[in-house]
Amino acid sequence: MRLTQGQFSFLPDLTDPEIAAQCAYALDQGWSMAVEFTDDPHPRNVYWEMWGAPMFDLKDPAGVVIEVNACREAQPRCYVRLLAFDASKGFETLRMSFIVHRPPDEPGFELIRADGPGRNIGYTLRPYAADAPPGRRYGPGRTP
Amino acid sequence: MTKTGEIAPLAAKERYKPGVLKYKQMGYWAPDYEPSETDILAVFRITPQDDVDPEEAAAAVAGESSTATWTVVWTDRLTDHSHYQAKAYRLEPAPGSPGQYFAYIAYDIDLFEEGSIANLTASIIGNVFGFKPLKALRLEDMRIPTAYLKTFQGPPTGIVGERERLNCYGRPLLGATMKPKLGLSGRNYGRVVYEALSGGLDFTKDDENINSQPFMHWRDRFLYCMEGVNKANAVSGEIKGHYLNVTAATMEDMYERAEFARDLGSVIVMIDLVIGYTAIQSMAKWARRNDMILHLHRAGHSTYTRQKAHGVSFRVIAKWMRMAGVDHIHAGTVVGKLEGDPNVVRGIYDTCRETHVPKNLEHGIFFDQPWASLKKMMPVASGGIHAGQMHQLLTYLGEDVVLQFGGGTIGHPMGISAGATANRVALEAMVKARTEGRDIWNEGPDILVQAARSCAPLRAALDTWAHVTFDFASTDSVDFVPTPTAS
Repeated sequence: MRLTQGQFSFLPDLTDPEIAAQCAYALDQGWSMAVEFTDDPHPRNVYWEMWGAPMFDLKDPAGVVIEVNACREAQPRCYVRLLAFDASKGFETLRMSFIVHRPPDEPGFELIRADGPGRNIGYTLRPYAADAPPGRRYGPGRTP
Repeated sequence: MTKTGEIAPLAAKERYKPGVLKYKQMGYWAPDYEPSETDILAVFRITPQDDVDPEEAAAAVAGESSTATWTVVWTDRLTDHSHYQAKAYRLEPAPGSPGQYFAYIAYDIDLFEEGSIANLTASIIGNVFGFKPLKALRLEDMRIPTAYLKTFQGPPTGIVGERERLNCYGRPLLGATMKPKLGLSGRNYGRVVYEALSGGLDFTKDDENINSQPFMHWRDRFLYCMEGVNKANAVSGEIKGHYLNVTAATMEDMYERAEFARDLGSVIVMIDLVIGYTAIQSMAKWARRNDMILHLHRAGHSTYTRQKAHGVSFRVIAKWMRMAGVDHIHAGTVVGKLEGDPNVVRGIYDTCRETHVPKNLEHGIFFDQPWASLKKMMPVASGGIHAGQMHQLLTYLGEDVVLQFGGGTIGHPMGISAGATANRVALEAMVKARTEGRDIWNEGPDILVQAARSCAPLRAALDTWAHVTFDFASTDSVDFVPTPTAS
């Protein structure tokens, strides 16, 4: 199962020059880039781990790609995403978000249905990878 | 400025003598009046009857939409009358439309109840629209002062809140209206929801006339749709939604349906414009209390927005809806099957999405409109659009928009899920190309063809629809065109 969060998950994975081109646009707009990673891809997991603080003063796309690669190398069995943060009034939020690295295997999500009265169903989404504790998901040592 | 039949103001004794006076004589024509920053301003397109002086017609509109009646009443003298009178302060001929004029009218803020669209509109578009001395009357635009705006809640969620809740940034959202719009059973309907969402859409949508008919009662629809939504969330890892239409005969019914949608975990509910302004404001408050995105389908608007001479322009309806408080509003596609001149649509989109909309006559915007801190509405583009137009849609409509491909998803030759995938791939490819600095307006078709090389559903969509266009002249266009200046 391919996790399709982010702007470009339906396209082939972006190459480093393609990532740099996206960063160039964001930096041109005056936005700040940030790298985050996680081994819990639940869609409501808002707070991925920060690969350092947002790079408020970095203006060079090449620098962003260096950070992306450093994060990939340190967390090869995690999802890594690149964010662009816009601090201007009326936004003060993310303007871009796309995945730049995936774990080797993406087992997906279980849909748990809790039957309630009157045919009501309470739905819960659970990443299969979350069966294992953090740090042991997505790879050797992952409990089946 | 038209100057016919100068009429001097009357002394009080004459002014209030029983009988019938010209509206101008009663003080509703005030060319020297300087609007204050708390005044509510309106500009009407007036078409006076042939023998009616345009200034008198403008004064009559001011009078009939504020304090006046057809004859002098002595009870006016018990009030601070001039304070409550609306004032027609400017009159201009409409360019290129003989016999039509733009009348600018100022209303004191004390004329209106705080936070009530019903009260505002009962004056501004009340009796006055049937007034016999006018052949036709159209409300073109309004300026709502900050002081009055701040008495309204505004959109319960807003564009920023919606994106943060959905975890979706940097691209238009994708939707589709379920088809056929009438007749599917709950179980079959939910199938279409699941196929479209699992194929790559963010939203699916009930149509405006899906409520609780014999073929599909509302509880059935809600239950099956939420099964489809949640299954699609599980196969994608995204947060998706189905606009569950809670439109019903009474507020009690609507609250019951909305609460059921909430209890099932829906992120969004939907209402139709025909439920009325008060019901819309009630649902806006409900949505804010319940963390729900509120989608508005503008069912019925074309009965009064489309004709240029008479009615209410949609940019005014959009303004009222941002005040009333909806998160989504259908606002035109430019390229699709429904009415939408590019400049008019641009003015409407600005009204939905900007924090300050400057006067821009070329877009039909007659006044500067600051939006104080009211949240932004997400415009929705729906009706006869398809993947082959993605470069035009992104250019005209920008990023903060929901693009809804109903037929363009469900009518796909390889199936609904493939139709959804084609749209999503076309969208992501176009956003990526734009950000890379490519000229998508001209290179758009090539970008799509290239993206289709690794996506058979997009290839099929382009083969089926790439040549479909709806190229008809708009009936609602702007009056002002840019004049080239010699420099």
